[in-house]
Amino acid sequence: MTPSQARDHNRPAVWRDVRVLRVLAQVAFVIVLILIGRVLLLNLQAGLDRMGVKPGFDFMRQTAGFPIGEGLPYKATDPYSYAFWVGIVNTLRVLVVAIPAATLIGVVAGIARLSGNWLVRRIASGYVETIRNIPLLLQLFFWAAVFAALPRVREATELPGPTYLTNRGIYLPGSMPSPAFGFWAAAIGLGIVAAIAVYMWRSRYQERTGRAGYPLWSALITLIGFGLGGWFLAPERPLIPDLPTLQGLNFRGGFSLTVQFITLVTGLTVYTGAFIAEVVRSGIQAVPKGQTEAALAIGLNRRLVLRLVVLPQALRVIIPPLTNQYLNLAKNSSLGVAIGYPELFSVGGTILNQSGQAIEMLSLIMLTYLSMSLLTSVITNVYNRRVQFVER
Amino acid sequence: MTTLSEELHPPRSEVGPIGWLRANLFSSTGNALLTVVSGALLGLAGIGVIDWIVNRAQWRVIADNLRVLMLGIYPIDQTWRVWVTILIGVSLIGLGWGVWGGILRSLALGSAAAALLLNLFPVAADTRLYTVVAVGLIFGGYRLARGRAAWRRPVIVLGFLFPIVAVLLLRGLDERHPVLPLVRYDVWGGLLLTFSLALLGIVISFPLGVLLALGRRSSLPVVRGACIAYIELIRGVPLVTILFMAQVVLPLFLGGETTLERSTRALIGVVLFSAAYHAENVRGGLQSIPPGQIEAAKALGMNSLLTTVLIVLPQALRAVLPATTGQFISLFKDTSLVAIVGLTDLLGAARGVLAKPEFLGLSNEVYIFVALIFWTFTYSMSFVSRRMEAALGVGKR
Repeated sequence: MTPSQARDHNRPAVWRDVRVLRVLAQVAFVIVLILIGRVLLLNLQAGLDRMGVKPGFDFMRQTAGFPIGEGLPYKATDPYSYAFWVGIVNTLRVLVVAIPAATLIGVVAGIARLSGNWLVRRIASGYVETIRNIPLLLQLFFWAAVFAALPRVREATELPGPTYLTNRGIYLPGSMPSPAFGFWAAAIGLGIVAAIAVYMWRSRYQERTGRAGYPLWSALITLIGFGLGGWFLAPERPLIPDLPTLQGLNFRGGFSLTVQFITLVTGLTVYTGAFIAEVVRSGIQAVPKGQTEAALAIGLNRRLVLRLVVLPQALRVIIPPLTNQYLNLAKNSSLGVAIGYPELFSVGGTILNQSGQAIEMLSLIMLTYLSMSLLTSVITNVYNRRVQFVER
Repeated sequence: MTTLSEELHPPRSEVGPIGWLRANLFSSTGNALLTVVSGALLGLAGIGVIDWIVNRAQWRVIADNLRVLMLGIYPIDQTWRVWVTILIGVSLIGLGWGVWGGILRSLALGSAAAALLLNLFPVAADTRLYTVVAVGLIFGGYRLARGRAAWRRPVIVLGFLFPIVAVLLLRGLDERHPVLPLVRYDVWGGLLLTFSLALLGIVISFPLGVLLALGRRSSLPVVRGACIAYIELIRGVPLVTILFMAQVVLPLFLGGETTLERSTRALIGVVLFSAAYHAENVRGGLQSIPPGQIEAAKALGMNSLLTTVLIVLPQALRAVLPATTGQFISLFKDTSLVAIVGLTDLLGAARGVLAKPEFLGLSNEVYIFVALIFWTFTYSMSFVSRRMEAALGVGKR
């Protein structure tokens, strides 16, 4: 009897054959899903018909008709699609400021929790334990109340600069490019190229001779040199100061941040910072003590031990949960809707209410968040793969 | 004896309070500077906060609105039902303390202390009575159950029945029932709504999460794909969008005849959201089971269903208990988002109070009170979770 014949003889009956059962189970699963989906879709269609809503994305071309407080230049006569884009950009503006700020606070607080100083350690854990155990939304309301207590525009608090603090926002001095700006920009561009060249030259010198080449410092000095040179050689000053001035009921000119933006960024930064502090602390604690001791034993000083031995190893542990915190921050930025910041969810919600196209708008909003999440995880995964331990 | 006294003591500057100060606060010049600067800042902030709490804050806003913050517009003449639910809950904690001790002891003593502390505030006479009864039940339960290991199983069963009993008691039967008239879920508010959303959310979503986790590890590609798609979709979007969907789109999907209350819709949103996070926790637990366990079960002739139910899940679920507590804590905080879709949970009720003209400008008092409630619950829950982790020996077995 050949092996194949043996298999044929031992082959179980069809209703007991695992290979058949597997296919059957999946077919049954799909059929159940389709049946449930069918009921839901039929209900949906009936509901939409009753309300007289036409499915599809054509409504995005209609005029939005509502104002948006800040962000890209926008008029109420622009279409919905552009209003949504303004919302997306507003969300990104928050992330660009809040993610680095939260990282900074988190790293400082995380290291402070391991400080040798008892008081510093206590203050850092007090911050982390308080903030982590209170809902973000409540904290946002609290910050909104704090910033609403700032003086009105007419009685603005003036700080040097001049910078004005009001309950509508903060007005900072800004600058506008003059005709000579192009010249300066070109000088800086040249400076960047030169700095890279200097960096490579100095690090090769360090590698070849084993003596300190100070590549980073040399590159930085080169760049600053080019920037200063361009500034003073330019036919006129490349940047004209643009100061905020009180005109009528509001400040004009300069660089302004609305109070909603500041509230959202402050709330997200303080909240996420506490979580990042825990990530950083556990990351540093995950590095075995023997590593530090060994590094000290071969004569490295404390700073170099931290920079060359502890941090690179801690980073491996830190990065995956840190990514999660960034993603949480991005998702939590949707709470801007509660304090009147016109971000993606807030603008999308307004469009939803006005047009009645609930399904379309919610899927658009969710898809946008989903792609932001996926994009962030792809970027950090690539970085993560570079710092991960390569096992041999 | 005299030789002992002749032993050299360590130098004064190395031990005792002075030694501690030197080691922890003034070990170097930089450290001393850090201590002085941060101490001064902390002192200034502390004095300001205490001055505000004692002298300037107007706490009457809390006293006037305590009921709304706790129960929303739950009918006043039905308040006893809330108290009875609490009493049943604390009796269970007392019984658990007697049977197991350990963390339930801290939980029981904490609840008793909280009940007694409540009497420091100007509360109604019946509230004082209920709190005293609660303390009595905690200690009574402890005395009754102490040392009776045989009661463990019944107490666990009662614990699982508690959410069902609580919902029956609080929601009632029908409108004309003489003892338990219907109190619609939409009428629940304040801390009661926050708590019910978090507790029911975690309890209902748990089995869903287990199913999703098993589906994600299934060998059937279609099932696995569907589960991965659901989990990643939910985890990739903010909770607000899901709550919004539950409020706006869910009624459309369910057709015209079925009308769900707003709070129920929010609960469905919370369940759908939390199931995906549960699934990831449970998956972590499933992955921690050594393959040898499954192979041994197979070798004994168990089929996949029996292997999963009898071998894999019991071990996996014990491993994810701390993670589940963590999930409950974050869900407890996250349910405050239902305030955005217009529900009056604890935070929504606070916003409602602040919108009244007579309480305008008292936002600090109200927000700090609400924050204190959230903080107390989440902090004590994370304390329990840490103790539980130690007791279960997670990561040590």
